[in-house]
Amino acid sequence: MIRIQARTEPSTLMKFASPIIAIALTLLFGCLLFSAIGKDPIQALHVLLIAPLSDSYNIGEMFVKMGPLLLCAVGLAICYRANMWNIGAEGQLLAGALGGSAMALYFIDSESVMALPITLLAGIVSGMLWSAIPTFLKLRFNSNLILTTIMFNYIALYLLIWAVHGPLRDPQGFGFPESALFSDATLLPTLFEFSRIHLGIVFAVLAGFIGWFILSKTHLGFQIRVLGADEPAAKYAGFNSKKLSWFVMLFAGALAGLAGVSETTGPIGQLVPNVSPGYGYSAIIVAYLGRLHPIGAILAAVFMAILYMGGDLAQIEMGIPVAVVSMFQGVLLFFLLACDFFINNRLTLSNQATN
Amino acid sequence: MQADERLRQNGASTLNKQQTASRLELIDITKQYPGCLANDSINLCLQPGEIHALLGENGAGKSTLVKTIYGVVAPDKGDILWDGKEVTIKSPSTARDLGIGMVFQHFSLFETLTVSQNIELCLSQKHLDNIGDLASKIRQLSEEYGLNVDPHKYVHSLSIGERQRVEIMRCLVQSVKLLILDEPTSVLTPQEVSGLFDVLRTLSKEGCSILFISHKLHEVTEICHQATILRGGKVVDTCVPSEETPASIAKMMVGDLAEQETQYTKKEGTHTLFSANKLSLPSKQPFGTSLKNIQFELKAGEILGIAGVAGNGQDELMAIISGEDHRANKTSLSLDQMYIGHLSAGDRRKLGMAYVPEERLGRGAVPDMSLTENTLLTHSTGFIKNGLVQWQEAKEYASRLIKKYNVKCHGEFSEAKSLSGGNLQKFIMGREIGQNPKLLICAHPTWGVDVGAALAIHQALLDLRDQGAAILLISEDIDELFLLADRMSAICDGHLSPQVKTQDTNIDQIGQWMAGTFIDTQRELTQETQS
Repeated sequence: MIRIQARTEPSTLMKFASPIIAIALTLLFGCLLFSAIGKDPIQALHVLLIAPLSDSYNIGEMFVKMGPLLLCAVGLAICYRANMWNIGAEGQLLAGALGGSAMALYFIDSESVMALPITLLAGIVSGMLWSAIPTFLKLRFNSNLILTTIMFNYIALYLLIWAVHGPLRDPQGFGFPESALFSDATLLPTLFEFSRIHLGIVFAVLAGFIGWFILSKTHLGFQIRVLGADEPAAKYAGFNSKKLSWFVMLFAGALAGLAGVSETTGPIGQLVPNVSPGYGYSAIIVAYLGRLHPIGAILAAVFMAILYMGGDLAQIEMGIPVAVVSMFQGVLLFFLLACDFFINNRLTLSNQATN
Repeated sequence: MQADERLRQNGASTLNKQQTASRLELIDITKQYPGCLANDSINLCLQPGEIHALLGENGAGKSTLVKTIYGVVAPDKGDILWDGKEVTIKSPSTARDLGIGMVFQHFSLFETLTVSQNIELCLSQKHLDNIGDLASKIRQLSEEYGLNVDPHKYVHSLSIGERQRVEIMRCLVQSVKLLILDEPTSVLTPQEVSGLFDVLRTLSKEGCSILFISHKLHEVTEICHQATILRGGKVVDTCVPSEETPASIAKMMVGDLAEQETQYTKKEGTHTLFSANKLSLPSKQPFGTSLKNIQFELKAGEILGIAGVAGNGQDELMAIISGEDHRANKTSLSLDQMYIGHLSAGDRRKLGMAYVPEERLGRGAVPDMSLTENTLLTHSTGFIKNGLVQWQEAKEYASRLIKKYNVKCHGEFSEAKSLSGGNLQKFIMGREIGQNPKLLICAHPTWGVDVGAALAIHQALLDLRDQGAAILLISEDIDELFLLADRMSAICDGHLSPQVKTQDTNIDQIGQWMAGTFIDTQRELTQETQS
């Protein structure tokens, strides 16, 4: 009989090593998979992981993808540290894109210097609003946050699709479901001449550090950690768990909303139906890969962005379906959770109950 | 008393007769855990019909030893002889087959099943076939031993004392020859305790050996024939408890460390600091206890003790007073002439209330956080500037707490879960007292804490009282309440008894109050005043 036994002292070293082990196992799995579909596994891994870093354009694109991933992941990491299972970063991102775009279109003929900040703010507020509704439902009616945030992802998606087909569609756009191109006054400035890297990546890295600062330096962050680690203790100490829940959810919503509006005012430059290739979902994996630590999330976001880039390249160069990226993400999360399980537990083989 | 005498002679004579075959003999039992030698060459011998006490501070190795006997833990070294034959007890089911039964401190009964279903669950098919009709067997044994167990009652409807008797019944049904009881009296009223002792004496007369773990020394001197005292995993002494006093046994347990002071000075409070006024509240949980018309006053500079058997509304009362449950009417609670019924726990703390909860790990302290962080859990004044935590100062304060209260740990960076129960309790106590509270609510302060740590905790409470704080002490340990409290009260089924000065009452009266005898008279009184 196989029994699961909790380890008395899980290794601290292993807790930090677990993402590395999970990545290694995922790559091993990738090799087997590529061999099975008749592709050279070494070449495939090279295209997936090394090629994205091979020239400055690709590196720039990598940072473009890293921005929204990291913004969402920092917010999620803080939510998860407080035991708030927010799966709604995708919806909050789309809400931010939608709200920000509406504002950007309002400023379409403006040259005001305030146009961009107000547009960004509109995106942030939209994201917060989108996370506020499930939070309210949870705190008021004790609804399941996981379910409501997932549902709100779909509501946001279809609201966005409706908007680009209806009120926000470009009148001169020959009926394509796209908004008009935003005015320069509402576009995020790019950082370098040679690439599309824009201010969004700065926001993201800044968010990582702010998240770290809140969690480890402030009393608020301490209360969040206590709430997540031991709710009865937070109650006993008299922490206001509602206030803390509101804070983490609105913070996550704001960052996801900023990610959304940075996409439309950054690399895309207009509102389109497919703003996000699932950044909000991938950010969940980024948050976990970064050990729910905002600084860890920065490293994890780099890896995930490379994988996104590599997926595109693998499709172009080797004809590998782009779905391989989603599969890699899924397998990675699987191995990560499995590693964590074995760090905290061990299996014992035995015929009878022994200690 | 005479019966006792007879019994002891009885035990002694069986002892002489069966010199060759002890019921159980342990030889050189040794068990090493990582970083801790839990049992170090322990020898122990139990005769048929003997009631044997196993004594020791927390962490002395009692649990490990009984778990070894019951087959839960495999010893690294040593032999176990059962009726003179060497045996290996591989698992609890082997132990049960030999005739060893154990009643754990925390019962393992299914609340949604009946008594007989619960007992049936742990019996093998062979056993069941032998017994035939289980319910009538239970009834028969129940009469024989005066256990008063109804086989068709659901467990959730039983009191703690009754549940314990179900556990004992479970062992009896399997015709047990050695019964192990782990702190059986800690959850019982004095009356229930004497009932339990009657059962144990009957069992012993019939030749069943009993291994009895307890912290309550006067019980040991009352009922046990022999005692083995463990310290640091070793047998340090054996004695015949009837020839000793609780104080002399306590000394053997802790070594020369502590003189147990039997009497502290009692004080009278100065002015009313806190009061509960006609506090009635339905329970939040389906199996909880509703509070009914709770009324009491607490003076500055006194300790008010509330006795009661677990589950009679203590948890609910503490949650209401501490503010974790703030459904109370604004006017039903007041602190310093201010109504606080509507305030949250955090706001009440700001007004000078502190709280030492029953569960230390997971409520009083976050298991995975360091002692520094756990200091900050409730003690934040002075360590927060503009919303930022002053970690350096908090760290220094935590290390001062550790020194002052003699908390055994590696340092302020140690995680709370790495401390033993007693040391964590000293730390939590120090943290709460360190805030100079006006009112300290304190639940079971020395439960499961060894004698040395208990003394330190008592002293800290008395010092706080002498500084003028009001202390509400809720405990199941009636001796401790009599020792510490200046005034006493009891709680039963959500009713709170009147409060009396400790000198003006005795264990008998409080014991009856714990069983609820005051409730009817109180109800009549309120009806009279209403009409």
